Amino acid sequence: MMRKPLLWLPMVLGLGLFVLFYLGLENPGQRIINSNVIGRELPEFSTQVAVEGVEPVSSENLRDGKPRLVNVFASWCAPCIQEIPVLLRLRAQGIEIDGIAVHDRPADISRFLAENGNPYRRIGLDNEGRSQLEIGSSGVPETFVIDREGRIVYQHIGIVTEQDIPDILARLGETG
Amino acid sequence: MIAEAGLAALWLAAALTIAQLALGVLGLRRAGEGLAEAIIPVSVLQALLVTFSFVCLVTLFMRSDMSVLLVAANSHSAKPMIYKFAGTWGNHEGSMLLWVTILSIAGATIAAFERKLRTDTKVATLAAQAAIALGFYGFLLLSSNPFERIENVIEGAGLNPLLQDPGLAFHPPTLYAGYVGMSAAFSFAVGALVTRDVGPEFARAMRPWILASWIFLTIGIVAGSYWAYYTLGWGGWWFWDPVENASLMPWLATTALLHSVTVLATRDGLRAWTIMLAVLAFSMSMVGTFLVRSGILTSVHSFAVDPERGVFILGLLVFYICGALALFALRIGTVREGSRFDLVSRESALVMNNLLLTVILVVVLCGTLYPLALELANGEKISVGAPYFNAVAGPLAVILMLILAAGPLLRWRTDSTKKLVDRIALALVSGAGAALLLAVFAGDLGILPYLGLVVAAVVGVASVAPLWKRNLRRTPLFTWGMVIAHLGCAVSIVGMASESAFTQENLVAMEIGETQRIHDFEVTLEDVREAPGPNYAALEAVAIVRREGEEPLRMVPQLHQFSDPVMQTNQAAIETYWNGQLYIVLGDRSIGNRFLMRLWWKPFVTFIWLGGIMIALGGLLSLVGRVRRDIVSRKPAAPELKGAPA
Repeated sequence: MMRKPLLWLPMVLGLGLFVLFYLGLENPGQRIINSNVIGRELPEFSTQVAVEGVEPVSSENLRDGKPRLVNVFASWCAPCIQEIPVLLRLRAQGIEIDGIAVHDRPADISRFLAENGNPYRRIGLDNEGRSQLEIGSSGVPETFVIDREGRIVYQHIGIVTEQDIPDILARLGETG
Repeated sequence: MIAEAGLAALWLAAALTIAQLALGVLGLRRAGEGLAEAIIPVSVLQALLVTFSFVCLVTLFMRSDMSVLLVAANSHSAKPMIYKFAGTWGNHEGSMLLWVTILSIAGATIAAFERKLRTDTKVATLAAQAAIALGFYGFLLLSSNPFERIENVIEGAGLNPLLQDPGLAFHPPTLYAGYVGMSAAFSFAVGALVTRDVGPEFARAMRPWILASWIFLTIGIVAGSYWAYYTLGWGGWWFWDPVENASLMPWLATTALLHSVTVLATRDGLRAWTIMLAVLAFSMSMVGTFLVRSGILTSVHSFAVDPERGVFILGLLVFYICGALALFALRIGTVREGSRFDLVSRESALVMNNLLLTVILVVVLCGTLYPLALELANGEKISVGAPYFNAVAGPLAVILMLILAAGPLLRWRTDSTKKLVDRIALALVSGAGAALLLAVFAGDLGILPYLGLVVAAVVGVASVAPLWKRNLRRTPLFTWGMVIAHLGCAVSIVGMASESAFTQENLVAMEIGETQRIHDFEVTLEDVREAPGPNYAALEAVAIVRREGEEPLRMVPQLHQFSDPVMQTNQAAIETYWNGQLYIVLGDRSIGNRFLMRLWWKPFVTFIWLGGIMIALGGLLSLVGRVRRDIVSRKPAAPELKGAPA
């Protein structure tokens, strides 16, 4: 009866396929999109004042000799709320974070920060999304790691989670 | 309140699904008639509840209720109504809810209308259906609640702009209907394995579901291909993108199944193979959904899904598919072998068709998964593209088409080669004629397009041959269906081969007022201007197209710039003639005061989709023909009367 073991072949192949899928899901390198802005000089851009008394973000003041994160967010962006606690933790660890709010209104930004906490040192308002386009971001939230010379070394698309902290710290370290 | 009502209905539907599964299992154990009958109203009620839940979600999207997380994350109040509506399934949770809704409606339809199946097989089928639905309810309720509330959100985040196209808004439901129809076939297969009832009656009960989902899949693929062609602006119609492959693989398996189930229904042959294909076809739709939606492959279609959810879905897949395959291995030995047939026979041709389709499926699957496997093995990122797929699948498809030409001209069980040659002679002569004409007049057009056009000539003539010397008015509808679907294959191949062999391209940087030539058209760039849309900014070029002896024509290709989220899409301007299309794209860069333009003349490109529509129409005629015959034949003959003509 050679047929018997052969009948189990489809199931074995099926299991093999699922092992492959499982490994694919678990492999964290998989979901990071290699942006074509990485390694480039920051392009020239500037933003408007978003919150009274807080300096806005521009390519100029990102080249101040300190590695930092630039976080693209918006007050209307639900997932952005989820990553604020993580950004606050990074800030508590001494990481400087600048925020660019896209397609937003000053009053909404202030309310958003009052309700969720403010992890940002500088906050820029980018009403038309021009600066966002310049730095190669296509959605919210997105987080860029900028080195001390003002070059983009890493682009994180989507929410920054607890699990991403070591990776982001490592990339900030690389820049120092 | 709407969100809460929707969620409550979803919980109730899930509870009823548990009842449906339990009734099925108990009903089969004790053969308790009462229990077995109770499964019918439960299935129907379950479907009504989940449909209500889905309608609630649609309502929330149409009202732009930003207090619901899903709406806030995927919709925008400034969006046109149609996209608010389509936004319901333009996201992970919503598409899962749509999936389970269609699944349950399919289950309710089986429960209420299926009369050909043995009662125990029907109960087992409904229990299998409940088991599938239960996994998805668990997934929705435990990890992807579509009705979750959120506070303090005033505006939504929008819908992927690539999905903001009327065609694409209805593309996912079409494909889903196909996928979910396959789940019905899968449940039938599991049910028949449980009750050891694999025979012609079972095949006839399963066939309409296979046909229906095959029609939906065909329409979905044809529409998706045309969408990619006119909206991505790259002038191609098939990219072998993982997402396209994800819809092609179930189609290939379903096409094979469609043909093998006919052998089972008509000749009681290919029993084990038909069951195997039913499991395979559903597996491929699930794998396709998983590949597209889990984010495991990078694609415009993948929604950001966290790994935990991905593992949950994967767990469901392993459970269903490996469970069914294990059941197959355990039970199929007890299924009596079907009728035998000779080497030269209709059955034999259908077996060849099945094998070739399966091999093409394996080729596509390997090509789609190879990059994933390689990256896991050594971190290398590669993509397998058109050269591999065309080189491997192309020749196989050519052989498949030759079998398609011969198969319908063969008799069931046994036939002679000599008689086949007589019937197919005219088709072969047309093929030889086409080969000669192309060799003399067409010049160098590449081996695959050349073979394609020759084979199309053979298939075109051979596929209408079954109608010869027949009384056309008394020819059954499903024979017409087969003829039209097979003819559609020939038409599609003509389109594919002509497009790849004879396309002319002119890539130019044009100044305003400048004129360029393409084929026998003169294209003048008259203006480039801003054109604001409802929720995007657009740049459009106005081109005046002149051809000798015709009125000048205005064509306006656009470049759309979306703000929420930021993204650029291309809207090609396309003018259709009987023998091809003029295709103009405005490029995304300008050099000084020159604008990048792509001008294409694509001969007979429309035949690709015309053929696809014919294939789907053929399927529809077969479906109507089969269902009508079933209804007519049911009236005089009681279900006990077996052996009645099909």
